[in-house]
Amino acid sequence: MIRNLNFAVNAGNYLCIVGENGSGKSTLVKALLGLLAPMSGYIIFDEDLSRSEIGYLPQQTEIQRDFPASVREVVLSGFQGRMGMRPFYTAAEKKEALEQMERMGILEFAKRCYRDLSGGQQQRVLLARALCATKKLLLLDEPVTGLDPKVTQELYDLIETLHKEGVTIVMISHDVEAAVKYATHILHIGDITFFGSKKDYLNSQPGRRFLAGTKREK
Amino acid sequence: MLAQLSYYLSYSFVRNALIVGVLIALCSSLLGVTLVLKRFSFIGDGLSHVAFGAIAIASVLKMSNRMLIVLPVTVLCAVLLLRAGSRTKIKGDAMMAMLSVGALAFGYLLMNIFSTSSNLSGDVCTTLFGSTSILTLTTTDVILCSALSVIVVLIFIIFYHKIFDVTFDENFARASGTRTNLYNLVIAVTIAVIIVLAMNLVGSLLISALVIFPALSAMRVYKSFFSVTVCSAITSVVCALSGILISIFADTPVGSTIVAVDVLAFALFYAAGALQGRARVPA
Repeated sequence: MIRNLNFAVNAGNYLCIVGENGSGKSTLVKALLGLLAPMSGYIIFDEDLSRSEIGYLPQQTEIQRDFPASVREVVLSGFQGRMGMRPFYTAAEKKEALEQMERMGILEFAKRCYRDLSGGQQQRVLLARALCATKKLLLLDEPVTGLDPKVTQELYDLIETLHKEGVTIVMISHDVEAAVKYATHILHIGDITFFGSKKDYLNSQPGRRFLAGTKREK
Repeated sequence: MLAQLSYYLSYSFVRNALIVGVLIALCSSLLGVTLVLKRFSFIGDGLSHVAFGAIAIASVLKMSNRMLIVLPVTVLCAVLLLRAGSRTKIKGDAMMAMLSVGALAFGYLLMNIFSTSSNLSGDVCTTLFGSTSILTLTTTDVILCSALSVIVVLIFIIFYHKIFDVTFDENFARASGTRTNLYNLVIAVTIAVIIVLAMNLVGSLLISALVIFPALSAMRVYKSFFSVTVCSAITSVVCALSGILISIFADTPVGSTIVAVDVLAFALFYAAGALQGRARVPA
């Protein structure tokens, strides 16, 4: 497990967090989200970003596989964090949910059941929900796990579009090649820890070793 | 038959039973989906045993209104269980088993030692299976049950979207700033109230059926949280109504008749769901 980690994400960055299984990626995500307290040290948020303004795309849970929920209901629940004790959604929120569904290309599924959708469509639904929660920062936890190559590519393109539109992206990934292709910054967790821009990573020791490793596997 | 029905309805205890039965059935169905999907079903089952123990204490103390002790004890246990369950799953499971069997044993022991009634096994049977208690409700019971039912329904409506959020994806909810602990607490307390209410209708051993069957039935056919909730509420009310009426006409125990109707309804919904699925495949 990694110790003494230090890194920063600035608005507009596209940070990929890569590393072997068990290196502490999931723990880091939980700490960032406030689901776990960091064992020591600090997570500092900028003044114009509060913790609740992180849009989170979690890995799929067991419950969701048989949950009876329409796509619209799932997307709307993205607003919950901002609602406080207010019990119902406003007309503006309902309208925005429709806009986010359109942005993700899932408007036609609005009334369909979430569990009946394909893996890629489900990820788009969860992205739309995350976008209802925030405009600023998306945290994606292994978003392409279990998707076929075509759908994976489409999802990466979609995330890239969001990044170009000004959303800060933090993505946990196994897929180092995609990380190097899309990200502006890389955080590599493992025996040797690296944090820096993509260009520096490609020339660094862990970067070269990791990339060489993935190429050899093919 | 209609003449006989109106004859029965002229008795106030039958009307009371129907009113309370419908209200309880409505409440108990509302949180079914959450209970089933959050793997909270075991909490419902365990709490009903706790309520049995509390009833034993109440009857030993010869309290005129058992609700006064049963409700707080059950709510307290619900909160404690939720706390334990949220830390680790296995611990919560084991604690649940301990608590429920313990309460059952102590309840029966207490009733046995301190029993004043000549018909002990009858008393125990009534508490466990609710045989006739729904037909012997006092006016105070009716008012209390109705008030609690209305409160449960109101809480459910107010927290409807929060309950959805917390059930569907608790991690996302917590990460985006929803106060998940608070809403889990609301859910647990509401479940406790529902269980205490439902004991009047079906007795403590059959409560889980009343909570879970309507939700499972609705989930066979409907695909959104809203439609499942509405459908399970309607199913539950219809089953309870027909169950009570059948039990009056056929002279069967109320609780088990209602649950039998619920099981039958589930079979129908299951078949409907299977047909629906088959119709969709070729299309």
